[in-house]
Amino acid sequence: MNRREFFKRTLTIAGSLLIARNSNASDQPLSVYSTQNKANKKNWEKFEELKETNSQIDESYAVLVDITKCIGCRRCEWACNEWNKNPNRPVKEFEASKDETPSVFDRVRRTHAGEFTVVNRFYSKNKPVYVKKQCMHCAEAACLNACFVDAFKKTPQGAVLYNPSLCVGCRYCMIACPFDIPAYEYYNALTPQITKCTMCFDRITDGKIPACVESCTSDALIFGKRSEMLKLAYNTINKNPERYINHVYGEHEAGGTNWFYISQIPFEKLGFPELDKTPIPAHSKSFLFTVKVLEVVAAAPLVWGAYYMISKNRSKKEGKKDE
Amino acid sequence: MSNWFNEKILLGMNCREYISKHATLLNFMALIILCFSFYAMAYRLIYGLGPATNLSDTYPWGFWISFDILAGIALAAPGLTVGTVVYLFGAKDYKHFARPAILSSLLGYIFAVFALMFDLGRYYRVFYVIGWSWGLNSILFLIAWHFFLYIIICLIEWFPAFFEWLGIEKAKNFFSKLGIWATVFGVIIAGGHQSALGGLFLVAPTKIHPLWYSALLPLFFLISALFAGISMVIIESTISHKVFREQLKTFDRADFDNKTLGLAKALVIILFVYLILKVLDLTHYNNWHYLKSEYGYWYLLEVVGFVLAPALVLINSVKNKKVKLVRFTTFWVVTGVILNRFNVSLIAYNWYIPLQEKYYPTWMEIALSLGVVTLIVLFYRFIVRRMSILS
Repeated sequence: MNRREFFKRTLTIAGSLLIARNSNASDQPLSVYSTQNKANKKNWEKFEELKETNSQIDESYAVLVDITKCIGCRRCEWACNEWNKNPNRPVKEFEASKDETPSVFDRVRRTHAGEFTVVNRFYSKNKPVYVKKQCMHCAEAACLNACFVDAFKKTPQGAVLYNPSLCVGCRYCMIACPFDIPAYEYYNALTPQITKCTMCFDRITDGKIPACVESCTSDALIFGKRSEMLKLAYNTINKNPERYINHVYGEHEAGGTNWFYISQIPFEKLGFPELDKTPIPAHSKSFLFTVKVLEVVAAAPLVWGAYYMISKNRSKKEGKKDE
Repeated sequence: MSNWFNEKILLGMNCREYISKHATLLNFMALIILCFSFYAMAYRLIYGLGPATNLSDTYPWGFWISFDILAGIALAAPGLTVGTVVYLFGAKDYKHFARPAILSSLLGYIFAVFALMFDLGRYYRVFYVIGWSWGLNSILFLIAWHFFLYIIICLIEWFPAFFEWLGIEKAKNFFSKLGIWATVFGVIIAGGHQSALGGLFLVAPTKIHPLWYSALLPLFFLISALFAGISMVIIESTISHKVFREQLKTFDRADFDNKTLGLAKALVIILFVYLILKVLDLTHYNNWHYLKSEYGYWYLLEVVGFVLAPALVLINSVKNKKVKLVRFTTFWVVTGVILNRFNVSLIAYNWYIPLQEKYYPTWMEIALSLGVVTLIVLFYRFIVRRMSILS
């Protein structure tokens, strides 16, 4: 059974179960239907466990992605699924897609409930350019600040983690994320979770490197201390200025992230959002501050107004009695 | 006990009389809508959001948020506008409008939150935000708390009518005295969350079309909630004066028409404040060039077709005292506010993705929302017939 057949079959089963689905359903990747994410809980428990020693960590980690080196083998996707216990298929099927027609690369994909990372193909001067997509692990994460029950945490290691035992399922984090990363288990009726890359928190705290980085055979992914990765990025660019554009994506974007990208063509042509240095939460924080100030300021005249009305009514009543 | 039930709940009829009196075509239609709606609710609860809705990872918020929450809460602003003017600024002339306005706000909020339960993945945890885990930097946190407080405020404002109906004089007087304080905090709380609903989208600067994204989004939502609120007061009073005529002992048509025109004047002023800010916004962000695109035409339809045009018609009809035209125009204004909420949250959201990949609701999403609207109308009627809301 090849990959397409596998897709088709499972989708027919899924499709027949889902009466109310619209016709788009047949185009949906299988990972949309994934439920019962295990990585969230595992990583969160690890985070809780390490809370005390975490304070000793002085610098966060980062992954540097060299887009020019990526060959589109999708082994990182496979390794991610494997480690995080997401639905998976044989690694050969992943590796085959770059030479297939039609191929998963035919459309730009995004992360889904059972898929924390995807590789997309773009073209530059008729040459394929492969770009891996996953959580950027922002320094000031939009999802974290959007959450109204505080279910996200930024760890000192750099990972942004999600706590499934607090989440109410409002999906505001998905609205807020500028990179369109958090996905949702729409096919779990009772205990749905947000799912996303954990930067393999459960591996890096054990002295290992993230599963995707470990699986990369073309040196496109490198894991290390954030400052070192930034230095390495600029060194690489400066050594080959004709090969790279002078921009490390993630150094400043939305206040800086723990994933960096270097590339031969401008990032906006590779599906990256154009972001300035302002962290996304800054947009909401100034509003929240203004509202609170206005509410306090407005309270005084309103309370005065209420007193005035009460005393006016009282004197009227007394006036009536006198008559 | 059964006497009390017949008297208070069945309006002095027995069960059979009550049911036969209510076997009308309109009630039958309401029943059908409710059947579909309850089916959709059950389906959503049993099979989950995926099968019941067209929500996706690209469109995490759909029809329910746009209609039930964003549009619904704006239309539930009568309590904020009229309630305040009457109880705080002592505009006694409008006292007749105050109790229905507060009742519609109360029902609007309660049912908006009820509808929201179906959109939340883990609805049974919703109380977490009140007393378990606080996301203090979240605008949604502010909204959740303000909703919670505002429902309490509306309850306090409504209790005098409620306890009057039950015949508990002490409680009625107690809550009458509390009323003014509830109103004061109501202004703060309602103003805060009406603007915060617009503020929700401040965190998506790259995802919302530049014509709709603005640092002024909260202010736009607040102002449009004000004119939606006033329009709803006019719409409601028009309908209630037709439907509940028997409840009104002393009804002075000329006076009622004058009051409606007075409200229309306030409406015009607020509409123009909104328009001026919209122009300022366009100029500040230098977005004029976007107007010559498909999204630009759509934007113009919203701002010119549903704000400027009704404002001009209102000026004309106030001048010539055409009360009927005022009533018609308020429907127009309210439609514009609903359109605006859909534009910000759905149409301008992810504006760069191709049209065929955009979200559209399933019939279940629409049925559920329609059912909730029906419930509001039925509860409104139920209460108006029993408590002294209109007189």
